[in-house]
Amino acid sequence: MTALLRTEGVRKAYGGVHALDSCTVEIDEGTVAGLIGPNGSGKTTLFNVITGYAKADEGQVYLADQKITNIAPEHVFARGIGRTFQLTRIFASLTVLENMLVASKHGGAAARQRAMDQLEFVGIAGHHAALAGTLSYGQRKLLELAYVLVSDPAVILLDEPAGGVNLSLVNHIADRIRELNAAGKTFLIVEHNMEFVMGLCDRVTVLDSGAVVAAGPPDIIRTDRRVLNAYLGEDLEDDDPHPGEQA
Amino acid sequence: MADTSATNVSRQRAGAGLALVVLAVAAIAFPLVFSSPVVTNYAIYALIFVAVVSAWNVFSGFSGYISLGHAVFFGSGAYAVGIAARDWHVNGVAVFGLLPLAAAVGAVIAVPFGLVALRVRRHTFIVITIAVFFIFQLMAFNFQSFTGGTIGVAAPFLPWSPTSFNDHFYYITLGCAAVMIVIAVLVRRSRFGLQLRAIRDDEDRARGLGVHAMRVKLTAFVLSGAVTAAVGGVWFLYLTQVQPQSGFDPLFDLSLVLMAFLGGLGTIAGPVLGALIIEPGQLYLTIRFTNGYLSEILLGVLFLLIVLFVPRGLVPTIGEWIRRLRTRGRPAVAPVPATPTAPVEAPAREAKR
Repeated sequence: MTALLRTEGVRKAYGGVHALDSCTVEIDEGTVAGLIGPNGSGKTTLFNVITGYAKADEGQVYLADQKITNIAPEHVFARGIGRTFQLTRIFASLTVLENMLVASKHGGAAARQRAMDQLEFVGIAGHHAALAGTLSYGQRKLLELAYVLVSDPAVILLDEPAGGVNLSLVNHIADRIRELNAAGKTFLIVEHNMEFVMGLCDRVTVLDSGAVVAAGPPDIIRTDRRVLNAYLGEDLEDDDPHPGEQA
Repeated sequence: MADTSATNVSRQRAGAGLALVVLAVAAIAFPLVFSSPVVTNYAIYALIFVAVVSAWNVFSGFSGYISLGHAVFFGSGAYAVGIAARDWHVNGVAVFGLLPLAAAVGAVIAVPFGLVALRVRRHTFIVITIAVFFIFQLMAFNFQSFTGGTIGVAAPFLPWSPTSFNDHFYYITLGCAAVMIVIAVLVRRSRFGLQLRAIRDDEDRARGLGVHAMRVKLTAFVLSGAVTAAVGGVWFLYLTQVQPQSGFDPLFDLSLVLMAFLGGLGTIAGPVLGALIIEPGQLYLTIRFTNGYLSEILLGVLFLLIVLFVPRGLVPTIGEWIRRLRTRGRPAVAPVPATPTAPVEAPAREAKR
């Protein structure tokens, strides 16, 4: 498999805090990749660097071997990367359908139909005329997913898609991701819900203090001592390290 | 159910269409009914501000960037017509042919102005617009050979009798106002307008969805500036002179903000209603009370009252009241119920493919 999205040695510091430290991550085409790590490990910062919301101090970001480092968010989107946010960011004063049309590359009846199709796909088409600000939190998550999909991006970055939503909606979102992935979409997902990540992802990358500490299939990552150390702060010195791949 | 909804929409559209026709007839017949120059003078100023506040609203109301520098365009449009007429010896009604020049001057000024100011947001943007405004006012005072300094520039003579002078200007300003309202409606309904409103809600998010925010904001700023400058040219021809303190008046932008906030920022009808209430009111107070500051003090008080009691503006607030009456107390926008999804198993990797 070829890496569709790749970061190479990305560094990002905020003042004296190193949010990302030589961070190298590869996302293969057609896979669902997970990005996990404790709070403050740099997951969202990496999303921000990839999508142009934050500038990398060092390192490069590639999409299909084309350098996209530090280009503006609108250009990243045009190249084929869509993302959602940890806390949903919708256009509250616009209707649900208008939210979708903001993300459409073109206007007109075809764009409206495509927007309605995506709303149907995520299950909120019945609310297309409602103001987006009246949606529940879970429905906002679905709307974010829908309007990212409307422009048919090559890679979709989801920042905590299961965060703050009930179990049935978590499953609904997971099912939609599976369907899209089966149709060839590539995903990179940041998530704290381990069951969600391990059940959905082909490969999981673990960040700690801005650096990749492990990467590999979920079953391996689950038992990797460095991962446990990152999450639980366990001492590794006297134990056999890990069965996972080298970071 | 769908038929009832479609019928209601058709009725609403028919009602709105009828109301528009009545308004248009009333506006056209106004100077025939109220022929006094005192009354038409009020109407002309009100229509000038309807056009300008609608232009301001297309940028500031839709994008959320509150400009306090639109007097730059208004004054520049006035000076452009005056200076061009003076230097090129344009006389008579031919001076109205200079209005496109005024619009072009406004657009040309808006490009560098916008490129600087639109790099920042919120209060910083407001401060920059105020700074640019004072730069232009100072230039008008000091570039005497060009602007006439404190004396200003006088308009060429228009060959209209004193009895019909106001009527001519009434219809010209009515045309300006109508054109600007149509532009505002077209912008609001367009993809461009949608992008502007998305920028108002969350500019960074809009960029992440492919909206070229700077390009969209600058286009709106240039459009707004061009129309404001053209209307500034009409105002100059009506007033027959422009001076730095009148062309570049600091109260001009405050009045625009107040009109838009009173009527409803970002709506089409709101700023129009605000201008129709505030401008004649302000003129009346200025004429009625010799102390000119009274109208300005009352303007400030009115602004406080609006922000405190009708922060969304009259049009959205009254619209909400009417909807509540129609729906008998139920919320105007029904809260959306949770998405019904059939409970399924927790995601399991085995079930993936």
